[in-house]
Amino acid sequence: MTLRPTHAEEVQEAVRSHRRVLPRGGGTKPSLSTPGENQTVLEMSGLSGVIEYNPSEYVFVARAGTRLAEVETLLAQNGQYLPFDPPFVEQGATLGGTVAAGLSGPMRQRYGGVRDFILGVQFVDGTGSLVRGGGKVVKNAAGFDLPKLMVGSLGRLGILTELAFKVFPFPRATSTLKVAFPTLQDTLEALYKLAGSPIELYALDIEPPSTLVLRLGGLAEALPARLERLQSFLEMNGELLQREAETSYWRGLNNLGSLGDGLLVKLAITADQIPGLDKALLTTPRRYISAGNLLYLAWEEPLEELDALLKSQGRSGLILSGPAPQPKIGLDLEPVFGHKVTAALDPQEKFADLQVGS
Amino acid sequence: MNSALGELERLFPPGRFLVKPGQLAPYESDALTAFRARPLAVVLPETHEEVVQVVRWSARHQVPFVARGSGTSLSGGSLPIDGGVVIGLNRMNKLLRLDVLERIAVVQPGFINLQVSSIAAPYGLYYAPDPSSQPVSTIGGNLAFNSGGAHCLKYGMTSNHVLAARVVLPSGEVVELGSQSLENTGPDWLGLFVGSEGLMGIATEVTLRLLPRPEIYHTVLAAYDSLAKAGDAVAAVVASGLLPGAMEIMDSLAIEAAEAAVRAGYPLEARALLIVELEGEVPQVEAEARHLEAVIRASGAYEVRVAQNSDERMRIWKGRKAAFSAVGRLSPDYLVQDGVVPRSQLGRALSEIEQLSTRYGLRVANVFHAGDGNLHPLILYNGRVEGELPRAEELAGEILKLCVGLGGSITGEHGVGMEKKAYMTEMFSETDLATMQRLRLALDPLELSNRGKMFPGGQAPARVHQGAHPREKGGVISRE
Ligand SMILES: Cc1cc2nc3c(=O)[nH]c(=O)nc-3n(C[C@H](O)[C@H](O)[C@H](O)COP(=O)(O)OP(=O)(O)OC[C@H]3O[C@@H](n4cnc5c(N)ncnc54)[C@H](O)[C@@H]3O)c2cc1C
Repeated sequence: MTLRPTHAEEVQEAVRSHRRVLPRGGGTKPSLSTPGENQTVLEMSGLSGVIEYNPSEYVFVARAGTRLAEVETLLAQNGQYLPFDPPFVEQGATLGGTVAAGLSGPMRQRYGGVRDFILGVQFVDGTGSLVRGGGKVVKNAAGFDLPKLMVGSLGRLGILTELAFKVFPFPRATSTLKVAFPTLQDTLEALYKLAGSPIELYALDIEPPSTLVLRLGGLAEALPARLERLQSFLEMNGELLQREAETSYWRGLNNLGSLGDGLLVKLAITADQIPGLDKALLTTPRRYISAGNLLYLAWEEPLEELDALLKSQGRSGLILSGPAPQPKIGLDLEPVFGHKVTAALDPQEKFADLQVGS
Repeated sequence: MNSALGELERLFPPGRFLVKPGQLAPYESDALTAFRARPLAVVLPETHEEVVQVVRWSARHQVPFVARGSGTSLSGGSLPIDGGVVIGLNRMNKLLRLDVLERIAVVQPGFINLQVSSIAAPYGLYYAPDPSSQPVSTIGGNLAFNSGGAHCLKYGMTSNHVLAARVVLPSGEVVELGSQSLENTGPDWLGLFVGSEGLMGIATEVTLRLLPRPEIYHTVLAAYDSLAKAGDAVAAVVASGLLPGAMEIMDSLAIEAAEAAVRAGYPLEARALLIVELEGEVPQVEAEARHLEAVIRASGAYEVRVAQNSDERMRIWKGRKAAFSAVGRLSPDYLVQDGVVPRSQLGRALSEIEQLSTRYGLRVANVFHAGDGNLHPLILYNGRVEGELPRAEELAGEILKLCVGLGGSITGEHGVGMEKKAYMTEMFSETDLATMQRLRLALDPLELSNRGKMFPGGQAPARVHQGAHPREKGGVISRE
């Protein structure tokens, strides 16, 4: 069954009166929003729209079903953007789905990911209560940090109905430099050198097999000098992308589906794990993001092999699309704390583990 | 109880198990000196295992405990619980690992904030969160309070710089929250723990993220003949699309006091001073500085100074950092609030605070983080004058309500603790608070960990008149 609430009260009512509920935003991460047995889907597009936006505050508040595209258009009219750079903008992703999946993109390199920009939440917990946490000012230390808790909560802790975010001005000008190295080892050396330097990058990606992709942003008059400094720092000139070519390059990457066929998987990693992982991923379409903290890949082999690889590396992964018995693979990172918190917010298991219909 | 205490005594050598009144006295209060309570005992663990043992002891005997770093909490966060134990973590002050390549420091909770940057400095790295208590406050205390500083708009608070923590839950179970990665694939458990004010257990090992030090700073001091103009200047800087690392404002009372204390060379007749600091790569900062100059010139500043070298920069900051304790010299006692308002409401908030100050007959000085709307009104009073403390507290409460009314928060960085718990209902509904309480009880059914804090209700401990934090009197730290 599918319901389409248009008010938070209708979400509360749905949670109270249905055995199991599963929220769905834009459906761009189907592994997280395909219902299992006896799950009632709450189609969240009816809870949509920006509620408050005052550009000079660097803050906006919106309903959770609001599409990222709508938000980005509004922000762009005021020279601002979502600094965590969430994926699937043109594919219809929503704010709520982005927070619940905990997804950020290449530009998280400059100022941080979705957890660093969420300021406030309103959600319906498993008892049907409408709960607020955080606030709508850029600095706030009152009460438990429920906004952060909801990042990556996968609909397991509550159904998001309203969200507040901090935003920043988009750089006046940007340029992208692609620098190909002979080996992955050389690429990683350059990555470490850059990440430990005062050079400020909006993106620091590795495009396999061994190309660094660097995005610079700032005032237009300073950009040429900074590019030159970057090139001499790397002792390589690389290939320069500018203007339309640059924008469309990054826009294309924003659709993670374009990575390849197979299961789309997110991994949280560190740069020192790249050599070990990459050996096992040579034929897998993949991209390392934000100085090696984030890896998106399109897995075409049996799922058990990826699960075993992650366990051997002590990592966990999240399947975003493609058939899988459940979206989380690899290690279960914090069972004790997690179970206690989950039981508090969802005592009747209304949001119990997703069973993806295959 | 005696056999329980005997059992605790056997867990620690004599010098690290304190029960005599003279030994307990330094632990009876924190930097919110108006409150005081006597613990049953103080223990000083040196290892993770000792913390686990004392927490398990507490759980077995149902004795509440409070973790304590340096006791600089301004909201009574580390105030003892009557009849409970204080777990003093100052001796757990070791650096466990510094990984320069991965830009990570792993420390014990008693490690001092400023020392993180000191050990990282030779490698061109630093730890961003910079509460002005940083020469003494601990990473454990910073974590529990999600402490801020002058650079929060751009860089965030403590929570944005903590990657992982090993935590002893109130049940005595040990969990590892977070990882070395900046990313995550499930709920942000660590995000919930940071800022939970010591109510969810004790962090015994903390992994911090280090950032490369900016290549250059550009620090501007602008003087105005009204507070409103300085506030508008902040709005104009932001509207121009610049994102300075810090924007700070001081009013005339604060300027006067700071000048008397450290001779920063501030223009004395100014009604308000604005400090704006840009930082980053040289070509970018040079270009931004030209834009900033135009914005400041248009904002009606009657005098503008740009630090020409790092000495001049340090002088500008010295006055700002000393302002709190300096204001303290103008008065025997003061209360400090840290409510937040939306930046666009700064002017309105300040003028209403001025009216409240007149109405209550108490002087209020303002030194604050303008970039993120985090006010720090200092309410001056004399505790020896009958009725002044309650009046100051009432005025403080009015200011908090004002901040919430303008769409802000009761606290930007000092936390709720004991002091502001009655005002939680101004910000949160009964349901919100009940849900937070459910979370707390799921982790701590007996409410052993920092019982009586953050949530409204419960008994207030004894209030006494006492003066400033000893380290503050010694001039080691200043309030921000
Ligand atoms: C002069 C002065 C200036 C200040 N300036 C600032 C400022 O600019 N910004 C700011 O944000 N704050 C500021 N503060 C407030 C204070 O310094 C911070 O809250 C600081 O983080 C407290 O650290 P501490 O080590 O003193 O902790 P304590 O006061 O000892 O403890 C604070 C809280 O943390 C808990 N705690 C301590 N260690 C642990 C642990 N290991 N695990 C779990 N919980 C723990 C305690 O139970 C308590 O609730 C200032 C205070 C003073 C006195």
